[in-house]
Amino acid sequence: MVTAVAVAGAIGALAGVKKTAGEILFVVVVGFYLALAYSLGGTKKQVLATERGLESVDEPALESGIAKVRVPRAILGAQSPRDIAEAIVSHTGKFADATEDAVTSDSVIVVKHLTKQFGQRVAFEDVTFTVRRGEVFGFLGPNGAGKTSMVRTLSTLVAPTSGTAEVASLALASKHDVEIREHIAVMTEVPGLYLRLSVTENLAFFAGLYGYRDAQSRIDRALEAVNLTSRASDLCGSLSKGLRQRVGLARALLNDPKIIFLDEPTAGLDPVASLEVHNLIIALRDKGVTVFLTTHRLDEAEKLCDRVAILNTTLRTVGRIDDLRQKMFEKSILVSTAAPLANPEGLFSSMESVASWSMDDTGGYVLTVSDVRAAAPVITRALVADGADVLSLAEGHHSLEEVYLELVGAAGRAGEK
Amino acid sequence: MRKEFQEYRRNRFIIYTMGTLPLIFTALPVITLFSISNTAPPSVVRTQVAITLLLLLVIPVVLPATIAAYSVIGERDQGTLEPLLTTPISREEFLLGKSLAATIPTVGVAYVFFIVLVVAIRLGASSVVAHAVWQPSWFLAELLFAPLLAAWSVWVGTAISARSSDVRVAQQLGTLASLPALVLPLLMSLQVFKPTATVAVVIAVALAVIDVGAWRIVSKMFDRERLITGASAVTMRAEVGT
Repeated sequence: MVTAVAVAGAIGALAGVKKTAGEILFVVVVGFYLALAYSLGGTKKQVLATERGLESVDEPALESGIAKVRVPRAILGAQSPRDIAEAIVSHTGKFADATEDAVTSDSVIVVKHLTKQFGQRVAFEDVTFTVRRGEVFGFLGPNGAGKTSMVRTLSTLVAPTSGTAEVASLALASKHDVEIREHIAVMTEVPGLYLRLSVTENLAFFAGLYGYRDAQSRIDRALEAVNLTSRASDLCGSLSKGLRQRVGLARALLNDPKIIFLDEPTAGLDPVASLEVHNLIIALRDKGVTVFLTTHRLDEAEKLCDRVAILNTTLRTVGRIDDLRQKMFEKSILVSTAAPLANPEGLFSSMESVASWSMDDTGGYVLTVSDVRAAAPVITRALVADGADVLSLAEGHHSLEEVYLELVGAAGRAGEK
Repeated sequence: MRKEFQEYRRNRFIIYTMGTLPLIFTALPVITLFSISNTAPPSVVRTQVAITLLLLLVIPVVLPATIAAYSVIGERDQGTLEPLLTTPISREEFLLGKSLAATIPTVGVAYVFFIVLVVAIRLGASSVVAHAVWQPSWFLAELLFAPLLAAWSVWVGTAISARSSDVRVAQQLGTLASLPALVLPLLMSLQVFKPTATVAVVIAVALAVIDVGAWRIVSKMFDRERLITGASAVTMRAEVGT
């Protein structure tokens, strides 16, 4: 309703300054699609139309809880109303889940309803997500979930069966394959090196495929980035698995990619080698490179990823790990006391901030609350007043592993889709 | 291509077999040529010379076939195919690089053997043999047929390599499938056609046409999805009806 009033006001304002019929029509179209977005469930994301096009703005949820489009009068003259209306149409479908996965001007990978089948076998189905520039995006899932197939699809090695995608702002289509491959790099689980050639020879070969004139300086930079300069002349066959993995990473850095796909980069590596790879990934992110990381290792994802998607043929969820925790698990406070409480039911039930309570395996108490910061002092005071010897009181923490198992654990174990 | 040559250099067995195999192939007929005296009937001399020179043409057929048969499936086996195909390299560049890496050394080996043989014959064999060998038609045939036959073998080997799941099968099939191209030079060697320079050129043109056809077919067969997963994208789309 607020939007409708705003749009009506905008129409009035525009009419008052004698705008063209096309511009007035544009505002009407905007109003229509906003109403449509509202009817679809609304969003807590603010979508802002600017000279750069529509942008999703990270602002606190609006009171109205619906999408709002601000259309500065200046852009009406700068862009065709039809273009803006079409942009809104293309974004309207995203309004419902804009809080988690909106297409923004920062999106470097946009996947919409993508499906890949190999014969009758479905690798992944109806997958939709976006990856933003400069983030480490974790792609998690059990064996056979379709993670590698997704990487191969987005890196133009295999063609999708249906759906659309954009990689590095280029539509995933055969006419863009070469251009997309110029902007991306892929490091497969097996580094894929010519073992009879030296580290430098391997890198020189791949630099040659890109046709670089400054190949040697790129090789030097890549080797320095992975701390392998001292092993440049060694045959790859003589290197440990961890070092080969680093050579693979160096190769992936040769073309200064916008997006780097890392498929299980630490599989089979010892903790020290894994840590080195982690540090390299962090360094890449710091340089503004977008990292698409598929992994089984949830600790790795939790440590490195800004956002994760969990796939088990279909996409189970996508978002920031903290948001997923909050979305999937109620907020809780864990209370540990020196001795069991005499009447926990009476104590906890009397607190307005505690929705429910239960005992955990260690004899502690798990209290479900809506606001941890508000509830914690109240609970502490009540426990002390009740004469309890409080050992600890802490916010309940759910690991990514719990989120993962909640979403795919049972199905993964049963080998279901 | 430089990478391929670096790998050959590091794996000396490839070079040894490149040299040894033709040596074994040609040793017996060459010895026979040297044993022919000036009193031998002309038909015997012509036949023996034709057989020997035909066997020399087996070199550019058999050697590149085995190398080309390894070219794609070998990359897949050592896990380098996927990183390779995610670079901006086009399929034509990929195929051309692979084919030249197989063609150039084997044609080189074939030419070296031919030159050594004809010089040795000139210096050590009987004059009737030397006269029979030192004919423009044979020189032209070797010069033209060696690269054209090698190219055919490479395309056949590459096609089989791209579709095979096992290196050994690919190499055996590649060698077998490349042999039919020897039919044209065989007809010339058996003197079904009189071995003249004109006949050599005509056969070379025929081989060139076959090579171009083979290149086009192999190029169309080159499907990244099939190479990576063993299944064709086109087939998959047809199967799921999308």
